[in-house]
Amino acid sequence: MPGNVIELTDLTKTYCIGETEVNALRGVSYAIAEGEFLAVMGPSGSGKSTLMNILGCLDRPTSGEYILDGERVSTFDKNKLARVRNRKIGFVFQSFNLLARTTALENTELPLLYSAGNGQDVTERALASLAAVGLKDRAHHKTNQLSGGEQQRVAIARALLNNPTLILADEPTGNLDSKTSSEVMNIFKTLNEDKGMTILMVTHEPDIAAWARARIYLKDGLIIREERS
Amino acid sequence: MIKRTLKHGLQTLRIASRALGRNKMRSFLTALGIIIGVGAVIAMVSIGEGAKRGIQDRFASMGTDLLFVSPGSQSARGVHGGWGSMTTLKEDDALAILRECPAVMYVSPSVSARAQTVYGNKNWNTSISGTGDRYPEVRNWEVELGAYFDEAMVKSAAKVCVLGADVKTNLFEDEDPVGKVIRIKKIPFKVLGVLKKRGESGGFGSRDDMITIPYTTAMRRLQGIDYIQSVDVRAVSTAALPQAVTQIQELLRNRHRIAPGAEDDFTVRNMSEIAETAAEATQMMTVLLGSIASISLLVGGIGIMNIMLVSVTERIREIGLRMAVGAREVDILLQFLTEAIVLSLMGGLIGIGFGIGASRLIKKIKMFSAFNTVVSLESVLLAFFFAAAIGIFFGFYPARKASRLDPIEALRYE
Repeated sequence: MPGNVIELTDLTKTYCIGETEVNALRGVSYAIAEGEFLAVMGPSGSGKSTLMNILGCLDRPTSGEYILDGERVSTFDKNKLARVRNRKIGFVFQSFNLLARTTALENTELPLLYSAGNGQDVTERALASLAAVGLKDRAHHKTNQLSGGEQQRVAIARALLNNPTLILADEPTGNLDSKTSSEVMNIFKTLNEDKGMTILMVTHEPDIAAWARARIYLKDGLIIREERS
Repeated sequence: MIKRTLKHGLQTLRIASRALGRNKMRSFLTALGIIIGVGAVIAMVSIGEGAKRGIQDRFASMGTDLLFVSPGSQSARGVHGGWGSMTTLKEDDALAILRECPAVMYVSPSVSARAQTVYGNKNWNTSISGTGDRYPEVRNWEVELGAYFDEAMVKSAAKVCVLGADVKTNLFEDEDPVGKVIRIKKIPFKVLGVLKKRGESGGFGSRDDMITIPYTTAMRRLQGIDYIQSVDVRAVSTAALPQAVTQIQELLRNRHRIAPGAEDDFTVRNMSEIAETAAEATQMMTVLLGSIASISLLVGGIGIMNIMLVSVTERIREIGLRMAVGAREVDILLQFLTEAIVLSLMGGLIGIGFGIGASRLIKKIKMFSAFNTVVSLESVLLAFFFAAAIGIFFGFYPARKASRLDPIEALRYE
């Protein structure tokens, strides 16, 4: 059994909305092993978005500890978090979030703009990344010339570019029909099985969650159930 | 370290130009404010500079070893008569200057007026300058056709004249004027020659629109006065100018019986002083024109800020995404700031071309023929750096706003 990529200890997050305090997370402890493919499920307001934001180093927990790849990221400042996002995390969003009027290749290269050094092989790496999602021949197509499924695959290629420790997918099939959803999920599955990528995916669709090796259910800021297929 | 910073800078520049390239029309319209601003500054300043250069050329063509003696004190308080209204400077003073001041080479007394001149069926209103016979030498002005009047003609107050090039054209067209008779205030004058064309300069009208006659003739036959308005003096050399000034001052104080300690009743000025005063006046004009034009540059800057703010709002998701893939606050700040600077520098560069073009055009258009324009390197550099500064100044606020966005909210922004 390989080591844990993520260790969460008693993670809480409290938001202040006006005068009222909202406890989005109320003490989540969990460990994710390397090579895991985990689906996070739960109704809206269950705290899964908050959990994803913290796991994605976009936000910091109010209390508790988050260790990513051996680093205690819960204590990091904004700039250090940005670096962690750049090196260790690949994001895939529901709405793809590609740059408009920009080629697939340039979109894929984006994270490298913010990593220091090794400039020569940028294009090579981006092409390899696109090849991994089966879009090498579409590299020079612009965003608006690609179908929804292809756009999401470009987004996955972008997430893969810096060879991240963790891929975070937030409702990756939310904007896709069932056929392209399967295509995209197949890519995730391949990445997980063949390349050993650790993938965390938020979804509310059970048939999409079924692609994952394990599922956790959140409710009211707590993990209430865990199941493994 | 330096190499890495440089590389990072280049990358930021590339991101910025790519972002601008994605929206070419808007980028161009934004830069247009700067283009017009920089262009206006350069064109306006070139008019001022042209006027200044014109004056300098005009004075330089007369030579630097030139002095002007005029009646009246330079520092006179109270009521001061207009130029030429003082009657204290006499013909004999001028002759004495030539005779008794060793540092003086030539003098030319001066009496001038405007008058109607007639030749055949043509008439022309022009300025009549009464001068000495050494006027061409004093003013560095050659006679192109015929000859200038001589000492004997001056002594006898002969009715002879020499035409400026414009007057010759207006009265005689292509005819040879030498030996012909024209009428000045109905008095017949024989034309002896034509002065070489000097050309226009710096918006002060033509110097060729004049007729010279012996100053004695001007005094006695045209004006009926017994004084002269000023004396042009050429010193033996530029180095001898201070001596010439002292000698003239001593001589005239003596001749006018001015008690020691009392003020002079005349003024001796040298060419460079007059040139300086004139240059100061045009410098003021340059500054004024330049500042009016800078306002449009400022408006252009506000235009940049406006569009950058729109651009930030429009690209909130993009900013969120960039942050998610690892952009730090400073990366976003630099990106938007660079965009603003690239915009204003591009605008600045095009504006320089535009300004130079405009100043060339002003020179060419007949209506503005009095304006000479000179594009100076300083004005180009000034306008360019001003544009860059405006890019930084007005780009900073939108850029900071972009960099302060919360990535989570930015990603969720619809």
